[in-house]
Amino acid sequence: MATQQLLNGIFIGSIYALFAIGFTLVFGILDRLNLAHPAVFAASAFVGIELVDRTGMSIWFALPLVALLGAVLGLVIERVAFRPLKNRADAHFAGLIASIALGGVIIALLQWRYGADTRRFPAGSFPEGTVQVAGAQVTIVQILILVISLVLMVGLTWMVGKSRLGRAMRAIAENATAARVLGINADRITAITFAISSALGAVAGALFAMNVNSAQLTMGTAIELKGLAVIIVGGMGSLVGALIGGLILGIAEVFTVQFVGSSWRDLIAFALLFAILLIRPQGLLGKKKTREV
Amino acid sequence: MRYRSATLALACSAALVLAACGDEDGEAAGNVVGEGSGDSCVIEDPVRIGAALSLTGGAASYGQSQQRGLQLALADLNEKDGVTYDLSIEDDQTDERQGITVFESFSGSNGVSAIIGPTLSNSAFQAQPIAQEEGVPVVAISNTASGITAQGDYIFRVSLTEQQVIPQTVEASIDAYGLENVVVLYSNDDAFTQSGYEVFAETLENSDVEVSDTLTFSKNDTDFRALLTQARNSDPDALIVSGLIEAAIPLVTQARELGIDVPIIGGNGFNNPALIDQGGDAAEGVVVGAAWNSASDNPLNTAFLEEFSEEFGSNPDQFAAQAYAGLMVIDEAVRAGCSGERDAIKEALAGVSDFPTVLGDITINADRDTDHEAVVQVVRDGAFAVLD
Repeated sequence: MATQQLLNGIFIGSIYALFAIGFTLVFGILDRLNLAHPAVFAASAFVGIELVDRTGMSIWFALPLVALLGAVLGLVIERVAFRPLKNRADAHFAGLIASIALGGVIIALLQWRYGADTRRFPAGSFPEGTVQVAGAQVTIVQILILVISLVLMVGLTWMVGKSRLGRAMRAIAENATAARVLGINADRITAITFAISSALGAVAGALFAMNVNSAQLTMGTAIELKGLAVIIVGGMGSLVGALIGGLILGIAEVFTVQFVGSSWRDLIAFALLFAILLIRPQGLLGKKKTREV
Repeated sequence: MRYRSATLALACSAALVLAACGDEDGEAAGNVVGEGSGDSCVIEDPVRIGAALSLTGGAASYGQSQQRGLQLALADLNEKDGVTYDLSIEDDQTDERQGITVFESFSGSNGVSAIIGPTLSNSAFQAQPIAQEEGVPVVAISNTASGITAQGDYIFRVSLTEQQVIPQTVEASIDAYGLENVVVLYSNDDAFTQSGYEVFAETLENSDVEVSDTLTFSKNDTDFRALLTQARNSDPDALIVSGLIEAAIPLVTQARELGIDVPIIGGNGFNNPALIDQGGDAAEGVVVGAAWNSASDNPLNTAFLEEFSEEFGSNPDQFAAQAYAGLMVIDEAVRAGCSGERDAIKEALAGVSDFPTVLGDITINADRDTDHEAVVQVVRDGAFAVLD
């Protein structure tokens, strides 16, 4: 039974992590908190379901399209909510508030398009069947979710660390003015960062909808606080930290159900957040007073 | 000339005062007192009925279904001789404040003889006191919370409460499956699933069934795997769940994925065709009590099914059936006293007894609630069937 619960925790934790990594990427590089991220999470789930429902395409073809949609939304968010305000003295807060507003607009558009009801993938969209892993029941969809999440997270970490684009991102994170002097197009890199971040959030949303086979307008709000908890536990701006933080939160939740009681689940998860803030304010992998990607 | 217009003004204001006095007696508009009784009753003017339904917002799917049920009932009633009805359906937008506004407009002067609705119990608790105050009889057609009719002697209900349906569901399941040990799951942040849970718990306590675990979740949860894994530990004979339909579908699906093949017994939230449409094979073996047996061969019911699908091109659900029965019960009361006056309808509603409807024979009891038999259904081969 413990194996089953551990796996339950890892699956849900990997989705938390994928969502949080998008969050923390923008925060770490640009020092901006994008609170329209949860709306992208919900939007991608609804659009993913419609793609599969309407065209009958395989969910595996729909996922890249959903990522593309996320990237486009990311560009829109950057252009509408952040860029016009970037030169203000209070750019951080102005952007944060503007992104809440834009998130509200996206949710309202979703409600207009899809209504308030819960939506689901049509029956037979996923490979059926379960496999036994060390005595635990695991669906094939869950394994694929885990693999996709891990591949995306490892790929992102490599890109930020090693690629030319990643170096440009880190240069901007270090000192935007100096980066501009060195010939880096800061606006372009900023837009690309938003696009990548939102693409990850979009894939997380579609995977979450697959995991529980339902999409609700409030699904973004439900994961938003958890995503913030994850990036704080992991260390603001740390990609590996967000991965570890996501898994810790997922596993903490299931073991609270197992050993303490189901009513205590959120209390324990957020108490954990508090404890980490008190003991290690910079988070598990965060560095004090430095920005990191 | 001047003198005359002053007299006229005086006469008018006297008439206004009288009219206002009339309002305090709670009289509806028109000449609605007739002669005769029952089928022979003839009332000159149409009897006005108001319905406050949630046609938009969160409960829109229920409200729209009720609207169809009422439209069908109205058409059927107006074909009968003697009494005609004028039905105005207003949208409460699934908003308690809007429900109050609609009730105020129905209850005011020139108001209606009786009110149907609102769709949700939450709105009913807020809006009904207005009708009670003004002395307008209310017939609740879908509210299942306890205390609805306790708000006043003008409030009646034709829908069965959770307190009436759940014990019958549990007892029928114990008989059918020989349950000895169950796990109970419920969402503890919603008033209705919470009260549903309390009825389940009380019923189980009075039985020989052992509750090996009780687990809670939030109404917004969609991932139940941790809870279900925990539930599986005690190897139960059945899961008992008090949750809304949004939770029911992923919960049932994930239970089957985890290899939990035992019956899943649900409260009123599970009583929804979406469970079968969207849950697919996972919904097999779900047991749920209902106020309306769609498969009943009661001739009233078969006629209703036929008419409804002919008119709207789809099959009615319980909300439509209860709405249909609700207007029929009002007609029974109007004809019994042969009067469309508010107090006469109220008196006659209290006396409705063994009145045949699509839901079965309805009797309004001393609490102004309805007594009729519930039906316990199980999902079998992709459809609700009667559990036996």
